[in-house]
Amino acid sequence: MPKELIRLQNCTMAFDGDVVLDNVNIHFNDKEFLTLLGPSGCGKTTMLRIIGGFLKPTSGDVIFDGERINDVPPNKRTVNTVFQKYALFPNMDVFENVAFGLRIAKVPKDEIKQRVMEMLEVVSLKGFEHRDVTSLSGGQQQRVAIARALVNRPKVLLLDEPLGALDMRLRKDMQIELKRIQQALDITFIYVTHDQEEALAMSDIVVVMNHGVIQQIGTPEKIYNEPKNAFVADFIGESNILDGVMIEDGLVEFFGRRFQCLDGGFAPNEPVDVVIRPEDVDIVPPEEGMLRGVVTNLTFKGVHYDTFVDFKGFKWLIQTTDYCPVGSRIGIKIDPDGIHIMKKSEYSGMFGDYSSYSEEYDELGDVNAEILEELEAPEA
Amino acid sequence: MKPKYFAIPYVGWMALFIVIPLVLIVVYAFSNASGGFTLDNFSNMLTYSGVFGRSFWLAFLATVICILIGYPVAYAIAQEPAHRQRTLMLLIMLPMWMNFLLRTYAWMSLLENTGLINKLLGLIGLPAAHMINTPGAVVLGMVYNFLPFMILPINSVIVKIDKNLLEAAQDLGANKVEIFRRVIFPLSLPGVLSGITMVFVPSVSTFVISKLLGGGTDLLLGDLIEMQFLGTAYNPHLGSAISLVMMIIVMIAMYLMNKFGSGEETAVMM
Repeated sequence: MPKELIRLQNCTMAFDGDVVLDNVNIHFNDKEFLTLLGPSGCGKTTMLRIIGGFLKPTSGDVIFDGERINDVPPNKRTVNTVFQKYALFPNMDVFENVAFGLRIAKVPKDEIKQRVMEMLEVVSLKGFEHRDVTSLSGGQQQRVAIARALVNRPKVLLLDEPLGALDMRLRKDMQIELKRIQQALDITFIYVTHDQEEALAMSDIVVVMNHGVIQQIGTPEKIYNEPKNAFVADFIGESNILDGVMIEDGLVEFFGRRFQCLDGGFAPNEPVDVVIRPEDVDIVPPEEGMLRGVVTNLTFKGVHYDTFVDFKGFKWLIQTTDYCPVGSRIGIKIDPDGIHIMKKSEYSGMFGDYSSYSEEYDELGDVNAEILEELEAPEA
Repeated sequence: MKPKYFAIPYVGWMALFIVIPLVLIVVYAFSNASGGFTLDNFSNMLTYSGVFGRSFWLAFLATVICILIGYPVAYAIAQEPAHRQRTLMLLIMLPMWMNFLLRTYAWMSLLENTGLINKLLGLIGLPAAHMINTPGAVVLGMVYNFLPFMILPINSVIVKIDKNLLEAAQDLGANKVEIFRRVIFPLSLPGVLSGITMVFVPSVSTFVISKLLGGGTDLLLGDLIEMQFLGTAYNPHLGSAISLVMMIIVMIAMYLMNKFGSGEETAVMM
């Protein structure tokens, strides 16, 4: 049974009446890699700053190891932070940056030297101790920031989108690196990101947030396979989300057809959201298909084709290795475990329809993400 | 037209009013009244070594006092919200809009033996203090006139320090005092260096302040130089030589200080 380390109890955070965290209840277990995931402005950074001690919740309690720590300042908490923009001290070299916390704690000189060198080795920066921090690359600065936090042997390491400024390749490397460090040191990591892939790759537990409210808490597999609502289903990976009616346990109706599924526990004939992941759809000849549609768009993605299929005016995204030319008529088959049923929520009907898809969609999405990121900056 | 041509008027101005006079000073310093080469001007200067010592000592005192007063003020202003910072800076700069001579005259009438301060002292039954025509009054004049030049550069450097660094330091266990000692102060040193230059140089060469508040009894370098050009002692050759030596000493001092400041951001040379 994992030990509980931190708990936020009925935490609400408002800036000038603007509610950023809305009555959040969550606990963090010891030695876990937990990720707060959500779009810009969802309150994830705010939650991290509350745990770090830089913000006091407007109402509610922060409990650390059974003690209320709302009024404990950051310098008195056994928590260290890796900041988004590293925040390394430009007037000190790599060694002094890492040694900062130990010097404050008046650790004996020999021990400082030994611990700093040890930590530089953990983050693969041996031999860099006397380099000027401003002369380091982004990835190296990031490692210094991580070493500087970890050398103090915190119980919890908070990471605020630490890989945001790195390029794709370096990011993937650092993800593996971070996971390795977390396991090697056996401490709690609380990681903030808006990158779902990053969250799934590293975390033991993912917390999906939106508009200051926790949408779902679970393992990466659970979050992906059994999203709780349309927001989570759409935010984590790609999803086709359809209106359906739960006829009875294990039987759902959509597009006028009944499908076997594995979910249950709904009222008879309850309207539901049906999630079908693009990779769970098999393409078959039209006469064998459960549903028949026309391919309207096709994008080669390397491993698979993103195939857009029109079913009675509702467009699906299907990821398949089969090549189906635009205009061809196809049938599809979905196994019962490929269908996931969710209760209707405030997000129903907002996501999961690929009708508005165009070639530029992906690019536009990226641009929006960047703009949003900039908008979020003041929160940080 | 290339942008660099826009600089021509200024380059011309500099050549005419800075470079040529400098060359003239060098020429004058190494020549005598009949125009021949000589080093006498420099050897004659030895008689005035006391003036050199006094000038540098008083300017040094004024600079130190400016740091001691100016740094806390600059730091305190930097902690205020942006709009109040602007107002406070304006208040600091306000006296500078008044004529320099006028401001110094004002101090004269305050410090005089029968001045405002002594009158007030008399009212509350204290003996009058002799303030005017003392080295203290000269230092006071220097500090009063040049303090804004210390506050301004220090404040602008402190304001620019990344707030994330302060949070990072706090996160690593530093309390307010340690954050200041280990992060803010080291990062504000370039501003202090600029401030030192901007206070020390005008202090060491001032002649108005020493004349009005020092009573002209204890000569300073500025007075000495002025006397050689406009005063009774008329000797532009000696005056040039003194100017040259003072300039060189100041330049060496600034160079050493910038080196000492580990070149993070060199102080303004002026």
